[in-house]
Amino acid sequence: MNVRRIVASLLTATLVLVLPKAAIPQGFAGLGSTADSFAIPHPGGRLAFPADHGPHPDFRIEWWYATANLQAEDGTVFGVQWTLFRSALAPRTDSGWLDPQIWMGHAAITTKDKHFVAERLARGGVGQAGVAAEPFFAWIDDWEMKGLPHSGADQLDKVSLHATGKDFSYTLELSANGPLVLQGDQGYSVKSAEGQASYYYSQPFYEVSGSVDIGGKTVRVRGKAWLDREWSSQPLAKDQTGWEWFSLHLNSGEKVMAFRLRDARGGYTSANWISPKGKPNPLPVGSLEITPVRIARVGNKDIPVAWRVQIPARGFDVTTRPLNDQAWMATTTPYWEGPVTFEGSAKGLGYLEMTGY
Amino acid sequence: MLWTAATALLSHWRRRPLQLATLVLGLSLATALWSGVQAINAEARASYARASSVLDQKELTQLVPRRGDSIPQGTYTKLRRAGWNVSPVIEGDHRIGNTRVRLIGIDPLTMPAKAGGFETGDTSDLTAFMSQPGVLIVSQGTALKLKSHTRMQLQISPDMPDGAAFTDIGIAESVLKRRGELSRLLVAVEQRPDLPSLGTLAPEIALKEPGDRPDVAQLTDSFHLNLTAFGFLAFVVGLFIVYATVGLAFEQRRATFRTLRSLGLPLSSLTLLLVTELLVLAFVAGVVGVVIGYVVASLLLPDVAATLQGLYGASVPSSLSIRPSWWATGIAMAIAGTIVSSAESLWRVRSMPLLTAAQPRAWLRATTVGIRLQLAVGLLLLIMSGALATFGHGLMVGFAVLGCLLLGAALMLPGVLSACLAVLQKRSSRALVTWFWADTRQQLPGLSLALMALLLALAANVGVGTMVSSFRLTFIGWLDQRLAAELYVMARDESEASRLRAWLPARSTSVLPIWSVTGEVLGDRLEIFGAAADDPTYRDNWPLLSGTVDVWDRIAAGRGVLVNEQFWRRKGLGIGTGLVLPGGWEVPIVGVYSDYGNPKGQVIVGIDALAAHYPQVSKLRYGVRVPPADAAGLKERLTSEFGLPAENVIDQTTLKRQSRAVFDRTFVVTGALNAFTLGVAGFAMFSSLLTLSGIRLPQLAPVWAMGIRRRDLALLEVLRTLALWLATFIAAVPVGLALAWVLLSIVNVEAFGWRLPMRIFPMDWLILAIVALAAAIVSIFVPLRRLATIAPSDLLRVFANER
Repeated sequence: MNVRRIVASLLTATLVLVLPKAAIPQGFAGLGSTADSFAIPHPGGRLAFPADHGPHPDFRIEWWYATANLQAEDGTVFGVQWTLFRSALAPRTDSGWLDPQIWMGHAAITTKDKHFVAERLARGGVGQAGVAAEPFFAWIDDWEMKGLPHSGADQLDKVSLHATGKDFSYTLELSANGPLVLQGDQGYSVKSAEGQASYYYSQPFYEVSGSVDIGGKTVRVRGKAWLDREWSSQPLAKDQTGWEWFSLHLNSGEKVMAFRLRDARGGYTSANWISPKGKPNPLPVGSLEITPVRIARVGNKDIPVAWRVQIPARGFDVTTRPLNDQAWMATTTPYWEGPVTFEGSAKGLGYLEMTGY
Repeated sequence: MLWTAATALLSHWRRRPLQLATLVLGLSLATALWSGVQAINAEARASYARASSVLDQKELTQLVPRRGDSIPQGTYTKLRRAGWNVSPVIEGDHRIGNTRVRLIGIDPLTMPAKAGGFETGDTSDLTAFMSQPGVLIVSQGTALKLKSHTRMQLQISPDMPDGAAFTDIGIAESVLKRRGELSRLLVAVEQRPDLPSLGTLAPEIALKEPGDRPDVAQLTDSFHLNLTAFGFLAFVVGLFIVYATVGLAFEQRRATFRTLRSLGLPLSSLTLLLVTELLVLAFVAGVVGVVIGYVVASLLLPDVAATLQGLYGASVPSSLSIRPSWWATGIAMAIAGTIVSSAESLWRVRSMPLLTAAQPRAWLRATTVGIRLQLAVGLLLLIMSGALATFGHGLMVGFAVLGCLLLGAALMLPGVLSACLAVLQKRSSRALVTWFWADTRQQLPGLSLALMALLLALAANVGVGTMVSSFRLTFIGWLDQRLAAELYVMARDESEASRLRAWLPARSTSVLPIWSVTGEVLGDRLEIFGAAADDPTYRDNWPLLSGTVDVWDRIAAGRGVLVNEQFWRRKGLGIGTGLVLPGGWEVPIVGVYSDYGNPKGQVIVGIDALAAHYPQVSKLRYGVRVPPADAAGLKERLTSEFGLPAENVIDQTTLKRQSRAVFDRTFVVTGALNAFTLGVAGFAMFSSLLTLSGIRLPQLAPVWAMGIRRRDLALLEVLRTLALWLATFIAAVPVGLALAWVLLSIVNVEAFGWRLPMRIFPMDWLILAIVALAAAIVSIFVPLRRLATIAPSDLLRVFANER
């Protein structure tokens, strides 16, 4: 008998909006292809920076999504996630408690045998959470993603990342050695055959250094990180039930973004082959094939944690292995998110996100 | 053998069904009142706990402002940004239609998991909850009252207490006009380990540890203690019955014991049989008692609920839920009571020489030895009671004074009566009269327990009656002073109120605003009223207990504050003490006024000062002074001409009648408990007389043999009983008055926060005397009939075969 229960019921009813990545869209009123009075992405809409690093309150949903594959000096491997979601109840902002912009933070550290998760919720209007484009600053409570003085062209070239949970915290510095990458068609990323879409760009070229703290023990780490920025008002098509989403750092310096949205007709796939210099090569729909290799019992669910990922057009055929099968994000809207390594036609590491299980 | 012995022992009850009935009924009644009271208390406490866990989140640490009644929104943000897991609350009273609702604005996004709360039936929508016009989560009862008075969506939650509503903090902020002002912050249990300290971060707020008990539970403690005391009194009175009956039943069965033992039944088996018998009886009586208790509690609970609502503003459901723990304690009390009151008899069976004869008479006389000891102990208790009353403080001391007083007086009663009877016996010259007094005195030990029970019941009646009547008289006098305005009107909204302010002056002698804000003063949430202190209404009528000479001038000038008696006593304030009001405004106390029927503290400031310091004050209510003859006319015009709904205009007479009705309802419970206790005492008397009548033949037979007719013997019995009742009644009056004094001067001050002058109501005593007399006559009826119709042969047999 506690407020949390009503809150939980309220949140699951609404905050799935925030996480279309994790949404099961059936049954949620108004979540079809219509976007009420919210703005919707258009093909050919040009992204402009630094303004587009900031929030787009006239869109229903948005996120600043960073994942990092890290390693300590002794070889111990870590995965780190820092995410700030924005979900608007109405397409406007307001100062004070009646601001309809809701913010949600997810942070996680994954090790070989442990997975730490924390979640924060806040509403805009009172300064508890928000994002400013210039100088870049995204925060919720004491979690921050903050633009640092940089020599590069973009606000996001150098950022610090900080989050704390009950038994963990991390402070990282991310420096980009490549440009921002627009996904889809110049940042217009189609999500279904019916035309649901989002604005989507990434910064996949971060080199990371910093420290992670688990249970009071601090470890210096280095590694690679990937930032996804996406906003939309049309989450998923009616029959889409979830997705698998890969962000892969190839040892060659190339990057691969690939996702499959599951539906009754074999799914909708999309992939982008990014050159080491940051040149995007969006591949045609249907270029990607993914097949589960191993199913693991996670909580009371069966989750395919290892995958064969094939992009025949690029001769790419690898199998991903998770660092930890149990990388389950037990948050308001639960999903699987964890670091992976892959072998096959290429080697490397990255992150896998799976929703709708 | 064991079975045969058991049937032999049980046959006693078959031959004396009345004795069995007395035992079971006595114990049942005692248990009934005790468990009834416990049921009521348990229900009330459960409801406080529920309300508190839902509304106050008492189990959580909270952050509250050090001064004033609000925390800036920026402080919240600062704390969150520093990693503190806190959640904001904006709360306040809000009037919707004619209903005042405690509005609690929460932030569902940061609400800690441990916060007590509520469940929603259907899956609600955060969008609706967090957007205009908002959602109110309320109880069924509150929903009915608010329906059609608000645009907000009403959502019913079974866990919500009446009169309160949860809503989103944004909605609460705009409805309560507390822009950016938070009432308090809830601190989640789970926090980051290395939090920056509160002192450096936000020195303007203070940490408040989780309160272990709800405020309202503390407030109503004394009331429940009162009930418990009554229940316990009745229980003790009931145990007197059990003690007497069990003792007699054992004594009468001595011959059986002797026979059984002679036939070879071991002592241990006999004891086992007797203990089993008692336990079974106690269990049965306990179950019957708890059932009666449940009925009693269900009958009383609506009144108790009304009392708690009236006196403390505590909301308690008027229906009873059955709790297993309450069954268990009721039955346990019955069994424990039986064991306590029959321990002595059991012990005697164990230590009894095998072949002694049954001596019911001697058994009774043996208790005489105790009378002197009782007298001494009783005197000691009375002295202790006096000493406690003089030197002690606090509610528990008050009840200790009560306990010592009642118990001391009861213990002394047989001794005092015995002494009086001895004097009467010496001074009488006629043989029959001398015999009459001597015989009465001889009977005293057998009746003493019943008489003591009677004394307790009568004294409680006189005492509580005096307290209630004194209270009532004072209260009504105070109401007459306080409700001086002829009409009380309430506008429905601000614009109507401003029209009213323009409309009324031309049609009345004066218009007195009744405006108030709620805020925290000295750590208590209380109402701050404004008074138009320039108006003669206040100067002439407002009942002040003490104050400076120029009190009203200082109030009018905004240079002083009045506090009510309960707040004054609770906080130990004095005239001249500075009081910090919400918003950090400090004013000296210039006077104290009596404020009966209000559980909470209250302060009054000048109306201009109130409006200046709290511009958001709701200006809807007014008292209107008109010549009394014009009141009805103005009331009519207010509804027909001005257009106020009839229920928003109340005249003085109606208001006084309503207040009196609330008051009277308040003490219905006390009256009922009083009557019950008297009933149990009457039953104790009845059972004692019945017992005696069965074993008194040896005393009466010789008198009859000397020529006194049976009819005259019966008449003498009536006289004797009446004499004893009268004596007890006379003794009960001073004890009752002492009780009333303790209640008025010690217990009430602690319980309610006000002291009342004691008034004496001899007419009430007369009524009580008549009721008591009637009870006496009823109680003697059965024994008397037995005596008057006894066959001469039975009387003769006394000489033939007794022993």
